[in-house]
Amino acid sequence: MQVAITRLIANEVDGQMGGVKSIPSPAISADERSHEVDHPSSQIAHFGAEQPLRLDCGVDLTPFQIAYQTYGELNADRSNAVLICHALTGDQHVANVHPVTGKPGWWETLVGPGRPIDPKHYFIICSNVIGGCMGSTGPASINPATGKVWGLDFPVITIPDMVRAQAMLVDRLGVDTLFAVVGGSMGGMQVLQWTAAYPGRVFSALAIACSTRHSAQNIAFHELGRQAVMADPDWHGGGYADHGIHPHRGLAVARMAAHITYLSDAALHRKFGRRMQDRELPTFSFDAEFQVESYLRYQGSSFVERFDANSYLYLTRAMDYFDIAADHGGVLAKAFAGIATRFCVVSFTSDWLFPTSESRALVHALNASSARVSFAEIETDRGHDAFLLDVPEFFDISRAFLQSAGKARGLTRDG
Amino acid sequence: MSVQEVLPLNGVATGSSGQFRADHLLVAEMVKPGSKVLDVGCGEGDLLQLLETRGIDGRGIELSREGVNRCVAKGLAVVQGDADTDLVNYPDDAFDYVILSQTLQATRQPRVVLENLLRIGRRAIVSFPNFGFWKMRLQLLVGGHMPRTENLPATWYDTANIHFCTIKDFVQLCDEINVKMERSVALDLYGRPVPLNLPWWVWNMFGEQAVFLLSRGGGK
Repeated sequence: MQVAITRLIANEVDGQMGGVKSIPSPAISADERSHEVDHPSSQIAHFGAEQPLRLDCGVDLTPFQIAYQTYGELNADRSNAVLICHALTGDQHVANVHPVTGKPGWWETLVGPGRPIDPKHYFIICSNVIGGCMGSTGPASINPATGKVWGLDFPVITIPDMVRAQAMLVDRLGVDTLFAVVGGSMGGMQVLQWTAAYPGRVFSALAIACSTRHSAQNIAFHELGRQAVMADPDWHGGGYADHGIHPHRGLAVARMAAHITYLSDAALHRKFGRRMQDRELPTFSFDAEFQVESYLRYQGSSFVERFDANSYLYLTRAMDYFDIAADHGGVLAKAFAGIATRFCVVSFTSDWLFPTSESRALVHALNASSARVSFAEIETDRGHDAFLLDVPEFFDISRAFLQSAGKARGLTRDG
Repeated sequence: MSVQEVLPLNGVATGSSGQFRADHLLVAEMVKPGSKVLDVGCGEGDLLQLLETRGIDGRGIELSREGVNRCVAKGLAVVQGDADTDLVNYPDDAFDYVILSQTLQATRQPRVVLENLLRIGRRAIVSFPNFGFWKMRLQLLVGGHMPRTENLPATWYDTANIHFCTIKDFVQLCDEINVKMERSVALDLYGRPVPLNLPWWVWNMFGEQAVFLLSRGGGK
């Protein structure tokens, strides 16, 4: 099957998409993607043999590097640092044009001048997670021991490993206590892991559309995606780099399946309904007959241009393993016992990947720990992806939460 | 214990013309500065804001999503939840005070809620509209219909208030479940405390609403 790039533009299902438009043929080669792996268009923190990353699987990863972006200035008290944690397929380019795709930063709705997280007030840090493919060490990086791409020889990583690496980066940047750690989805998992692992280093935590553990249904969807990648003959048991190819068909299918879980029935119906793609009548074939098919194929094919297939396996696996309570004797509240961090938990009504019930369980545990927590459920039909979209109520809440925390932190601001 | 044995508060601002509601000011007077408070059914957070101006660490629970979101947008620590189902998730003695302001009558199980308030908090502050208020009685007696007032304008079929009681009823419940009434105040139609030294039936007749400061009774 050739994944066709169809004539449908749709960066976001909820963008200003009025129907069908043509898209320019993306001019991104596999070389450009793989160049970002080892030589990212970002700042890099190298950690040598004296600073190995101790992984949950028992391996000491060394040497390794973390690619990151920063925005704004660290104040004299070093009290205004905000760490943004990216989701599964995100990266460090939260508020700048993406070096590979040329698209705006993935969270420019929340982060940037005049936004709730404004570089005028905060020193904003966003790093590519360990195991990623945008410059932090991961399965697509070169293994210094062999001089070849790591592939499946890369050790399995976890959400706590990602956070441990971020803590080393934050140390390197001279920040002890982060004013805020902010993230959605897998980024939200990292936020929660930060508060559980380093409660004294997180003044406030904004955890959006996430959970303290990955559900069976979510693990099932991830397994579907991984199997799609592995079923592609170009995957070569994870060693595709040696063959100079990329299992783009399998990865595109994985992305298509995952993308459905980020949306909602209502959003899909509103945007596409049963409308047909560039035709009035069925052609009785397996072309992309329906607009929704065309949209998904576009999502799949554009994703493979910027993401490494093995990295996708590792990061989905990390999410699957995530279970904070399991690391604390099965009692979630113990993970947050006596914590002084100010929490804000946000969920979205139509998010069925990380439904409100998951956030509510977190809030109950935080209440039981006497933590200071705000929890809001936002009404929207845009599904899990709502956290990345233009949802004013969500921005109002984020802004007010951070302003109120800033007041408590003694951050002075003029805007 | 009867109501007249309980002293009303001194120095409470009267009337409802100010920035804050009369019953909120009364409640705020009852809370010691520096304490930790849970406001159950906190609405849009007016009382929590008042408490925060007095250096009190306030948290809230609110049923309506709109209310919660407005609270969070004000920077208040408020979670979406239901007094009837979510109070069980809070540990014992988590707060110095748990406040239930004008919400008791909207709960499905007022008695269970009241018991939970005094499990979670060392003290509870409860305010509610008094259905023994003379205007209520008059509407039922003369009008022959379910009472509606300025503060309770909903009709019987669409009101959220499903468990109305009188001051007398509430005092009886407190006795039944061994709750100690430390202070109580009845407010008249204008939000003024009903004067001291009047017999309880006057309170029950002329109090438009009542505010009680409660603690756990001994010998339970």
